[in-house]
Amino acid sequence: MKELNDLNLPEDVRYTEDHEWTKASGDHVIVGISDYAQDQLGEIVFVELPEVGDSFSQGDEFGSVESVKAVSEIYLPISGEIAEINESLEDAPELVNESCYEKGWLVKIKPSDASQMDNLMDKTAYLDMLKG
Amino acid sequence: MRYLPHTKEDIQSMLEVTGHKTLENLFDSIPQDLKSKNGINIPEAISEWDLNAHMEHLASDNIACRDYKCFIGAGSYDHYIPAIVPYLISRSEFMTAYTPYQPEISQGTLQGIYEFQTMVTHLLGMDIATASHYDGGTALAEAALISLRTHKTANTVAVSRLTHPSHRQIVDTYLRPTQFKVIEIPCTEDGITDLKALEAMEDLAGICVQSPNFLGNIEDLEKVRQIATDKKAMMVASFTEAMAYGLLKNPGSLGADIVAGEGQSLGISKSFGGPGLGLLAGTKKQMRNLPGRLIGKTTDVKGRPGYVLTLATREQHIRREKASSNICSNNGLCAMTAGIYMATVGKIGMRKIAQLNHNKAIYLKKTLIESGLTPAFDVPFFNEFVMKVPEGFDQMRRNLIEEQCIFAGLDLEPYYPELKGHYLFCATETVSKEDIDYLAKEVQS
Repeated sequence: MKELNDLNLPEDVRYTEDHEWTKASGDHVIVGISDYAQDQLGEIVFVELPEVGDSFSQGDEFGSVESVKAVSEIYLPISGEIAEINESLEDAPELVNESCYEKGWLVKIKPSDASQMDNLMDKTAYLDMLKG
Repeated sequence: MRYLPHTKEDIQSMLEVTGHKTLENLFDSIPQDLKSKNGINIPEAISEWDLNAHMEHLASDNIACRDYKCFIGAGSYDHYIPAIVPYLISRSEFMTAYTPYQPEISQGTLQGIYEFQTMVTHLLGMDIATASHYDGGTALAEAALISLRTHKTANTVAVSRLTHPSHRQIVDTYLRPTQFKVIEIPCTEDGITDLKALEAMEDLAGICVQSPNFLGNIEDLEKVRQIATDKKAMMVASFTEAMAYGLLKNPGSLGADIVAGEGQSLGISKSFGGPGLGLLAGTKKQMRNLPGRLIGKTTDVKGRPGYVLTLATREQHIRREKASSNICSNNGLCAMTAGIYMATVGKIGMRKIAQLNHNKAIYLKKTLIESGLTPAFDVPFFNEFVMKVPEGFDQMRRNLIEEQCIFAGLDLEPYYPELKGHYLFCATETVSKEDIDYLAKEVQS
C-alpha cells in the first residue's frame, strides 16, 4: 500500500470524508473514488452503479465498489440526478485502480445545488484528514 | 454424526475431574422446581432386533409410490431413477447436505455443483443459475423478492392462480409480513392464466406465471413477456415439472427474466413429498441480485483448473445487512443428485424421456375419454391434464387405492372449488401401456 505522501491527489478536485472525489465539468460534475480509496481496497472486481435518471441527496449511498478484499459503499458528494454512468467499468472494473481520476470515473451528475461543492475538502484538507 | 453413549466408567472418570460425587451433583445449579420429578416418560430400552421389527411395523402403514401405480403428479413426479444416481450420491465425498464451510478444499463437491449449475442454465435457457434452494416454492418466493428489490417504485407482485397452490402459499408467507403485496391473476375457463386480467393490473414489480401450470396446461409465455415489458415488470416463469423442458421451448428462450422451479423430477425420489430441489436462474443482469451462492471455475497459479465459491452468500459472511435472502442454506445433496441425473441421461436422453411422458399422457387421456371421462380443457399439455368425472368416481378411486394399488388422479376441489368433480391426471415414463389400459378398464366398469 502507498505511503500517504505518495498518493496521487490532484489539486483540481474536491474530496469527501468517505474518499470520493468530485469535479465540475460543464453543467455536470464527475464523481469517482480517490487514489487512497482504490489503494486501500486493492484489486477491484465489480462496481455497482445506479441507473441514469436516479436522484440522490448529498451523502446518499449510490452504489458499491467490490474488491477481492472487501465491499465498500459509495456515497454521492453532492445532491443531484445521475446524468451518465461509466459503462466501461462493467467489463473493466480495474480501470478504477489504474486511473481513478480519468478512465475510472464512476458517474456524472446534474447537480441540484452546485454550491454544495463548497463544503467539500480540497487536497490539503483531505491529506490532513488522512494523516489524522 | 456418531452417537456414542458414555459408559458408567466414562462418567465416573469425568466426575473425578470435575470434582462431583454423583451425576446428580453435577446438575445442582439447576433450581429444584425446574427439574422433572418423575423422569422422562419414555418406554424401556429394547433390543436392536425388537426395534427393527417395531420400525418395520410402523413403516408398513406408509403408502409408498414404489408399490403403487401412480397417475398423480401435481408437483411431485414419479420418474425412473437410474441406479448410478443413488450409488454416486451415497459416496461419502458427496454425502452432505451443505456446500462445505471451507468450500475450496472440497473440489469434487464444487465441481459437481458447478456442472449442475451449467446444466440447469442449459435446461432453462438462462445465463446463470444458483447452487440451489430448498424447493420450488422457496425459489419462487426469492424470485418474487428479486423483482421487488429491483423495481424502484412498485411494491406488488402478481402471481397466477394456476401456480402450484403450495408455492403460492409459500410466496404469501414470505411477503405477508412485509410492506409488499401479492395479487392473484385469475384464470380463464380454458384452464390458463387470464392475461387480459393481467393487462389491466397496474404498478407491478413482478409477474409470476407457471408453465405447464398446475392444471397441466401450457401457458403463453411469449404473451406474458410482452405484457411484462409493457408494464416494466420482471417476468418470473415457474414450473413444477422440470422434465417438461426436455421437450418444450424453455422459459429463457421465451424471454423470462427469472426462472424458479422444482427440480424433484431430476433424479430425486418423491420421499413422501420432500426434500425437493429449488432451481433459480436469471439473466446475467440479475447476477448480483440472486440470493444464495454460485460456484465458478478458475485456474490456480500453475494454470490448473479449479473451482471456487465465486459469489458467496452475503447472508452468511460479510455485509449481512445487504443480504438478498435470510436463508443461507441450500440443498447441496439434491443439487448433486440432479446434476448426476442430468449428466447420466444427457440432452438427448432428457428429450426422449420427455417425449415418452407426453406420448403416454396423450394415450392416457385418449383411453380415459373412451372410458367415459370428459376432458376439461382443450389446451396443449405436457404430462398432466384435467378430466371431468361422472358421479361415483370418488368412491371407485378410493377402492382402486385400497384394492388395486392404483392412484387414479387428484381431486381438484380442495384447491379450486370451482373445479368440483374434476381430477388431475398424470402419466410419466414409469407407467406402461398395460397399466393405462388396466386403469381404463377399471374406470369403465
